[in-house]
Amino acid sequence: MSISEFEPQDYSPDGAWKLVFLAWLLASVSTLGALFLSQVMGIAPCVLCWYQRIFMFPLVFVLAAGLFPFDARLVRYALPLAVVGWTIALFHVLVVAGVVPEDLRPCAQGIPCKDQQIEWFGFVTIPLLSLIAFTLIGLLLLLTYFKASK
Amino acid sequence: MKKRVQLRKDVQAKQEGNQLKKALFIGSAILLVLVFVIGIFLYESERLDKSAKVAAQNQVFLARAHPPGLGPADAKVHLVEFFDPACGTCREFYPLVKDLMKANRDKMRLSLRYAPFHAGSDNVVRILEAARKQDKFWQTLEAVLASQSYWAPNHKAQVELLWPRLGNLGLDLERIKRDMYAPEIETVLTQDLADAKALNVTMTPEFFVNGRPLPEFGFEQLKKLVNNAVAKAY
Repeated sequence: MSISEFEPQDYSPDGAWKLVFLAWLLASVSTLGALFLSQVMGIAPCVLCWYQRIFMFPLVFVLAAGLFPFDARLVRYALPLAVVGWTIALFHVLVVAGVVPEDLRPCAQGIPCKDQQIEWFGFVTIPLLSLIAFTLIGLLLLLTYFKASK
Repeated sequence: MKKRVQLRKDVQAKQEGNQLKKALFIGSAILLVLVFVIGIFLYESERLDKSAKVAAQNQVFLARAHPPGLGPADAKVHLVEFFDPACGTCREFYPLVKDLMKANRDKMRLSLRYAPFHAGSDNVVRILEAARKQDKFWQTLEAVLASQSYWAPNHKAQVELLWPRLGNLGLDLERIKRDMYAPEIETVLTQDLADAKALNVTMTPEFFVNGRPLPEFGFEQLKKLVNNAVAKAY
């Protein structure tokens, strides 16, 4: 009998599982945080915030589905979401910083994306938190990819 | 043989590992939701504390003399509604607020303030104020709300679509068109929008009962707030 017959189907390198679990935690905290800001604190999300939400919320479910049983191919499905979300978050941060000129803003409807209701320590804004979350999730997924393909 | 025992141990360890992972995952999920719910409670209770203090400060912006109103001037419960004629929820609330006024006759009065957040709805406000000069405010308001879906397609108020809906109210439409842009109507609009901003009104309808905002949006919440205020005052 060969060893591989004894291997359970969802054998996963523990390191990779932990990375994805961490990414799932980040996505969940970001999602609940976003919901808290809009539903509890009543801060209306601007257009760019909505686009970031569109790419953050599904990560909670995609990553969780890839954890049980562990499937390293989840990177293929989750990474595009993280990359696009990251791009929008970066754009939003640049809009807030004033790097992107006013007339390029796709935020005509109602809530201006440049105005920030929250500014912790003078520089931590909601889009910056979003950019950090997308960056970390993206890096964790890349690490997972390299670890699993080894 | 030895190899097999080792393998069985490996499999067992793996299964235990999987159990652990599931427990970790479910535990984290429960913890996250718990923190979220506790956060809601903490935030809400802090906000309620603040709202009592804010209610006193709000009175400055809510006690204006100019807005159209219903009910006796000496009523002890004062309901102020910020509304947008183009807002669907405001339309749905109108009969409910009227019933609420009826249920608390002589005990409460209503002031209507404008918060025309929809594109073009400031012009509808102008028409309402101009109709008020002809003592036809309430009839016009009801006609405006009833025909909302005709003149505000896609949430954009279009005055030219509204005129035909005001035909049979006995209004002098030519006079309304002249009065619409009168400076005193401009003043009302500016004042209401400034007060809405000061009171942090960002959505319509928004209600204040003796200065207190709704703890949470909904007609039941409004009814409760009014009933509490009536019980307290009478």
